[in-house]
Amino acid sequence: MSEPLVRIAAVGKSFGATRVLDGVDLDVNRGEVVTIIGPSGSGKTTLLRCVNALETYDEGSVRVDGVEVGFRDGEAGRRPRRDRELSRIRAATGMVFQLFYLFPHLTAVENVMLGLRKVRRLGKAEARERALHWLDRVGLASRVDALPSQLSGGQQQRVGIARAVAMDPKVLLLDEITSALDPELVGEVLAVVRRLADDGMTMLVVTHEMGFAREVSDQVAFIDNGRIVQHGDPESVLRNPSGDRLRAFLSRVS
Amino acid sequence: MTGLETVLRALPSLWGGLAVTLEASALSVAFALIGGVLLGTALVFGPWPLRLPIRGLVDLIRGIPVLVLIFFVYYVGPAAGLRLGNFAAAILALSLFSASQVAEITRGAISSVHHGQMEAARAIGLTFPQRLIWVIFPQATRRFLPPWINSVTDTVKGSALISLVGIVDLMLSIQQVIGRTYDPMPFYILGALIYLAINYSLSSASRHLEARFAYVAT
Repeated sequence: MSEPLVRIAAVGKSFGATRVLDGVDLDVNRGEVVTIIGPSGSGKTTLLRCVNALETYDEGSVRVDGVEVGFRDGEAGRRPRRDRELSRIRAATGMVFQLFYLFPHLTAVENVMLGLRKVRRLGKAEARERALHWLDRVGLASRVDALPSQLSGGQQQRVGIARAVAMDPKVLLLDEITSALDPELVGEVLAVVRRLADDGMTMLVVTHEMGFAREVSDQVAFIDNGRIVQHGDPESVLRNPSGDRLRAFLSRVS
Repeated sequence: MTGLETVLRALPSLWGGLAVTLEASALSVAFALIGGVLLGTALVFGPWPLRLPIRGLVDLIRGIPVLVLIFFVYYVGPAAGLRLGNFAAAILALSLFSASQVAEITRGAISSVHHGQMEAARAIGLTFPQRLIWVIFPQATRRFLPPWINSVTDTVKGSALISLVGIVDLMLSIQQVIGRTYDPMPFYILGALIYLAINYSLSSASRHLEARFAYVAT
């Protein structure tokens, strides 16, 4: 438990003249659930995407289990990593997307199997067995051969979660995974995440579900204009917000 | 002698030409498929020093009539040290023309795949070639097939022009028969029907293929 599993230190990023991330520090310990909240455009999704290098960062450091994600050290200072190295690094993290992004040409079980076969290089039978296990865990044992288009939003998102966790990632990144769902489908997806949290999965979560954040998080970070403005345990951040901006944000979302 | 008898008697001398037309078309389509998919993929994902010349080449070739391209390769090629027989020159010209179409079709088909697919494929750790093979291409195929079959039929029809550099294809064998019989009408009709038969079988084959790739999109 010495070194945090995810260590984000002084990370900065600009899109042109816009400063999206402005010196962000955030640690996620093994087995912890850390939730990032903040207004849209505050940089929370960008921060999450820096952890698996879907987004590059200009300054600072993002380490997952001790490995710098976006750069490698060379003789001439640090250089952006090549695609092949990034693929290896990304295989250590799992990501679930707001809009699911299931592979529409593959069935549910094939969606989960693809990474197991091609990245983990498991045999077909073993990959299938593991995929079926995880689809069962997310409550979709009866829909394994359905195409994404034949599934509801909530079911698709649960396949998305199974696809990510079946790879046995060190950390799971959840990017507003219930924002695109009809309200009545939110519960089934959150229930799956809650169970993963209980099983000790390390997670970095971007969400607008404040009740959920309060319930599962070990830490909550409030980000605004690319900076973490408030950070602490969920009680202190969500129940007794101190800053004006956080109070204003919380009154808008809940 | 009726028109029908004339046609029946001349038929055997058309088979050789038909075989040449089919061979020329098949070769050009195959080369164009390989070259065009590579070029089109580079147009989407390549770095600009690669994209720019490909873009220029594709636009250039697409802007030139096939016949001009065939004459160019055949007559101007030798001046540039490219000494090809008439068949090789014709195949090269047809392949170039068709490849530039396929490149454009490929680019459009890949671009039609939602960018989230690439992200999801990245997120599970697939390498770039794996992302193309297992995620992008299977989805792009659906958009690729219909315009590609159009381009294949264009190539078959365009192959009639290789008769103009002295290759005895279906077109030229028809003209040779007409030269012997002085009866153009039935042979041009026959020729049209044969080209139609080839292209009709291609488009029905494509409908089967499209049905196979028609998963319902999200």
